[in-house]
Amino acid sequence: MSDGLDTFPKLLVRNAHEFGAKPALREKEFGIWQALSWQQYHDKVRDFSLGLVSLGFAPGDKVAIIGNNRPEWVCAELAAQAAGGASVGIYQDSNLTEVAYVIDHCDAKFVVAEDQEQVDKILDMIDKLPKLKNVIYSEPRGMRKYDHPSLISFDVVAEKGRALHQAEPGRWEKNIAMGKGADTAIICYTSGTTGFPKGALLTFDNLMVMAKSVNAVDAKFASDEFVSFLPLAWIGEQMVSLTNSLLVGFTINFPEDPSTVMEDIREIGPHTMFAPPRVWENMSSTVQVKIMDTTPFKRMMYKWAMPIGYKVADFKFKKQPIPFGVSLLHKLSYWALFRPLKDRLGLTNLRTCSTGGAALGPDVFRFFHALGVPLKQIYGQTEISGISCIHYDGDVQFHTVGKPIPGTEVKISPDGEILSRSASIMPGYFKNDEATKQTIRDGWLHSGDAGYMTDDGHLVVIDRIKDVMRLADGTQFSPQFIENRLKFSPYIKEAVVIGNDRPRLTAMICIDMGIVGKWAENQKISYTTYTDLAAKEPVYGLLEKEVEKVNEALPQAAKLRRFVLLYKELDADDEELTRTRKVRRGFVEDRYKDVIDALYSDQKQVPIDTTIKFQDGKTARFQTTLFLRDLT
Amino acid sequence: MQQLEVKDITLRFGGVTAVKGVGFNVEQGTIHAIIGPNGAGKTSMLNCISGVYRPQEGRIVLNGQDITPLSPYSRTGLGLARTFQNIALFKGMTVLDNLLIGRHTHQKTGLIAGGLYYGSGQKEEVVHREYVEDIIDFLEIESIRKKTVGTLAYGLQKRVELARALALEPKILLLDEPMAGMNAEEKEDMARFVIDINEDRGTTIVMIEHDMGVVMDISNRVVVLNFGQKIADGTPDEVQRDRHVQKAYLGQEE
Repeated sequence: MSDGLDTFPKLLVRNAHEFGAKPALREKEFGIWQALSWQQYHDKVRDFSLGLVSLGFAPGDKVAIIGNNRPEWVCAELAAQAAGGASVGIYQDSNLTEVAYVIDHCDAKFVVAEDQEQVDKILDMIDKLPKLKNVIYSEPRGMRKYDHPSLISFDVVAEKGRALHQAEPGRWEKNIAMGKGADTAIICYTSGTTGFPKGALLTFDNLMVMAKSVNAVDAKFASDEFVSFLPLAWIGEQMVSLTNSLLVGFTINFPEDPSTVMEDIREIGPHTMFAPPRVWENMSSTVQVKIMDTTPFKRMMYKWAMPIGYKVADFKFKKQPIPFGVSLLHKLSYWALFRPLKDRLGLTNLRTCSTGGAALGPDVFRFFHALGVPLKQIYGQTEISGISCIHYDGDVQFHTVGKPIPGTEVKISPDGEILSRSASIMPGYFKNDEATKQTIRDGWLHSGDAGYMTDDGHLVVIDRIKDVMRLADGTQFSPQFIENRLKFSPYIKEAVVIGNDRPRLTAMICIDMGIVGKWAENQKISYTTYTDLAAKEPVYGLLEKEVEKVNEALPQAAKLRRFVLLYKELDADDEELTRTRKVRRGFVEDRYKDVIDALYSDQKQVPIDTTIKFQDGKTARFQTTLFLRDLT
Repeated sequence: MQQLEVKDITLRFGGVTAVKGVGFNVEQGTIHAIIGPNGAGKTSMLNCISGVYRPQEGRIVLNGQDITPLSPYSRTGLGLARTFQNIALFKGMTVLDNLLIGRHTHQKTGLIAGGLYYGSGQKEEVVHREYVEDIIDFLEIESIRKKTVGTLAYGLQKRVELARALALEPKILLLDEPMAGMNAEEKEDMARFVIDINEDRGTTIVMIEHDMGVVMDISNRVVVLNFGQKIADGTPDEVQRDRHVQKAYLGQEE
């Protein structure tokens, strides 16, 4: 960094000078937003940092932090960094063994735990944590009778810091001056699906390059507001609430309680927002449900204005100019519906927002764009400081995760794996050279995700590589990727995509009885049972359109060629689904062998003769005929 | 120090004797449980303490002062607060308003000053709102602060009722089955709140509860009633070993 501001503590000092009394952090407590100015933030960090030093914290030491998003969390992190150490965030819902593993593995000398709940976890395992010196708690409630010698309160540590600051006034500045951009700032433990989590070392340089690159295509301003409600142990929240806030100087708001997040967002009206798909899905479905219960006038306005919003959004997606008439209507509907609705959701000020971590259904995407909320997808790994791809302004495509951010190269390996390279790649995993060597080869970060690049340079993520299958000709496909996209359709309840070692892709689809049934009623189609409904010609027609929509986004070689509507829903009681509603692929393929064989034959229909097991254990013989539908 | 003394209380409804000569002492800062089979007179006992019923015989002494002739609201002024077995909240009002009503005994502004609001009324409301917000934080009900009570789940309503009792700033808190009808998780939360109220705020707690696990876990002393009479009084351990108690709960072995 040319300006010499190469660590977070240095940025904090600059911001205290530059922004002074402007709010840096806000926390809602006792129903009121309590602000902490940049100067107060700076002082709080200084006191706690020097307090740690007087308790024996030396450069290179680690502080583990566990708790909900609160000013004390970020202060503890910066305090550790200012004293020449690093911070390690632990997810607040981790269990005993996970907490103990991370604390022990990262050699933490101090743990900052929010409250009784978190302190209990640590005290329970303290015999197995010989390197731990003190447990620091910030919320004294319920801890009156705790007398473990290692316990000390956040305020007492800060008090010690103030004493040291009095005794050695230059100590704070000296400590900060020691820091370098190449120092480890944080260790981010990634939730391994197998085995213990791995700790990715990330330096100040890594994090700051990342923030600057993202900001180059997705600008943030010092006047922005942000609500921090995702775990601070996670790289995404670190990126915004620490790196970017320090770099740009915007305000971070901490909700009153995890359960009040949506109301707190409305009160703050953030300018920038990041949330996983479930938050967006939740918002969109809440709106749709509430509209059904509202007054007829409001419902009428909704029905009139939403199609205009969708129309404008679709013009934008296709990058076409918006006709004058539509544009005029859109202005009207903005005042009639979009503005008040966005106000209700707290999205009025929102200038940029994103989703990541999992696929978000196109319907939800379109919904927000119709309202004028510019939702973007992002993609990345902890190991590359969070982000490698993002949708650029005015270039949003539902099925992609956008283009690489400046300074990042993304390519697809011959095996179809997504590789990326940038200055933000971590130096390695903490105390795990074996894993480091496997993950970073020749400077390229191996994501373990399968994907492909579209012709216009967007990245499409398919699935974890180990879940990817191949057609007989070697073409890769991810059954789960396609199934998820099929299930984005409201008419499809469950889908099974088949094609491993077969010439082409086919699908078995279960319709959603409720919604397809309603559609059939509206079309004046009479039906009796699920089986009957699923065999109706118009229903096949309806589903064919849905499947074709999914096909549009699939590469030519991996499109669905044929599908069948199953005569019953897949059911966990029949062992076809797991209890978490995942398809048990092997079992299903075996059970519906006749159907699958027919899908790969010339037959146009397949007779079914099977026994069905009812919930009370009785069985019955069942005969019907299934139709197979070809797709062009 | 004996904070509350219950002396030989007898309560009759016509010919039915609900409570017969029951007496016990509650020490300051303890959690005191009253248990017993259905119809043992537990709620009647609590109603005598809070002033809903006037016993025919016996006396209730609070901090050395005989409060037997006092009305329920004057007892409230002396630091006695209670919750009810069947929730008794203002269902059409918000949680916040319900709690502010709990502050009523501590409010000094009169009808006119309060009605005018600006000036002394506003000043006072800020003070009480602060106190109420502290309780909201304590019982973790931030997310329902502005919700109408009637729309809340049962377990939450129970918690709001406890919050309103706390808003009275009681020295003794009477809880009538605070955990009735709750699931295991809600019970655990409620038990934690009761302990926290007792430890952090130093409030004495007199509690009727049916869940024996909770009672034996958190109380310092237990009084057992059966058919209106006291059959045992002691620490949870002593009570559990008591022959009469075992008989009342498990039936008699011939």
